[in-house]
Amino acid sequence: MTAAQVAAGVTDPELPFLTLAELGILREVRETGDGVEVTITPTYSGCPAMDAIRADLLRALHRAGFERAQVRTLLAPAWTTDWISEEGRAKLAAAGIAPPGPAPRRAAGGPVPLTLGIRDEPVDCPLCGAGETERLAAFGATACRELRRCRACREPFEHVKEI
Amino acid sequence: MSFDDAYQALTDHDDDARWAYGTGFADPLAGVPTALPDGVDHADLAAYCLMIGDDALIMSHRLQQWVTRAPELEDEMAIANIGLDLLGQARLLLTRAGEAEGGGRGEDDLAYLRDPQDFRHVRLAERADADFAHLVARLLVFATWRLALLDRLSASGDPVLAAIGAKGVKEVAYHRDYAAGWVVRLGDGTELSHRRMQAAVDAVWPLIGELFEAHPVELRLVGVAVDPSLLRAEFDGVLAEVLRVATLHAPGPGAGPGPSSAGDSSAGDGSAGDGPVRGRDGFHTDELGEILDEMQGLARATPGGVW
Repeated sequence: MTAAQVAAGVTDPELPFLTLAELGILREVRETGDGVEVTITPTYSGCPAMDAIRADLLRALHRAGFERAQVRTLLAPAWTTDWISEEGRAKLAAAGIAPPGPAPRRAAGGPVPLTLGIRDEPVDCPLCGAGETERLAAFGATACRELRRCRACREPFEHVKEI
Repeated sequence: MSFDDAYQALTDHDDDARWAYGTGFADPLAGVPTALPDGVDHADLAAYCLMIGDDALIMSHRLQQWVTRAPELEDEMAIANIGLDLLGQARLLLTRAGEAEGGGRGEDDLAYLRDPQDFRHVRLAERADADFAHLVARLLVFATWRLALLDRLSASGDPVLAAIGAKGVKEVAYHRDYAAGWVVRLGDGTELSHRRMQAAVDAVWPLIGELFEAHPVELRLVGVAVDPSLLRAEFDGVLAEVLRVATLHAPGPGAGPGPSSAGDSSAGDGSAGDGPVRGRDGFHTDELGEILDEMQGLARATPGGVW
């Protein structure tokens, strides 16, 4: 396997059914004369999984025979849920987590609009498929998820927030 | 895939990766190019990173104190998540401050080993919350101000500050929405919740003036730092809208340090002591001592400890 294939197969510690590539935080893998250089982008500033992700990448590369490897952090451009791949979205839905819709776009030059609770885009229930769901809490078990409930089947579920 | 269980992998004893607690984490700017921009005074850049880093660090600590005390589990998770976002921003900014300073201090040294007078956050960040209404009022003010600040910081001439700003905008937009939602819910709620929400708005109001007083360091870092006096219009517009929907009102003139003290500050030569007493110059209330006792106690008692 190439170093890029090895790195792309490493999974996220919080969403272990999803690879770093599918999540969109794996930005680049380069093989140079000095070894392998992997570039990742954090999802949130305070994401406590970043240390684990770096360690997982290095461990996987070492086990695949890439002894010299390093992980770079790229802060800009900031990660957006738009970088989650189609396969990643399908896996999220299969795991009962509603995938994100398109990330919000701002009018150029203007301030971030205040939404006062109306930023509640329609989200389909990942369990029964109904379109009638409501937000229970804007913050969930991890920084990237919120908690919702389906009005049809009444099941609560998580939704990856659009950023 | 090279392992079956990511959590199992985390507990391997052949690596240093840990999730939380203690000191000595890989610094959050690990692998980020650390060159300082040309033509920027390094001491000023370090001081500025400390200012907006300490804002996030101390506010985060106050939010963490709500954990196990929030009215509902969902709000506990929200407050903890907001605190975590701010802690992440603080780690990046304190690390950047250490780099700019060039003296070898890292995020742990700056967070755990500085004394109260060396902290540079605004006083709003350290105020204890008397109740949940006070918390959401203070968070609304803090997040509205910081969102406007980070948005402009994303155009900073320091690429690291620009990246931190652009990242933080996405996070703090959620913080502001959360706080605004609660201010509206309580303000436009029952007679009792309205009265207590208005009291909380009244209580936070005197701390607002300081947020927009430009510090000499901010004014010297043209194109790198954000002049906070430029944020006032956006802040006032957002606050007015939230208060209107919440059926609350801003306290009248004279409720806080009015424009006269801010005017003195911007007209002065910037030396400490001429302007109003403020957190950016290291003047804090006794409440900061209590925060630092709790935040720093373990790290100071066990230098370099990990657990």
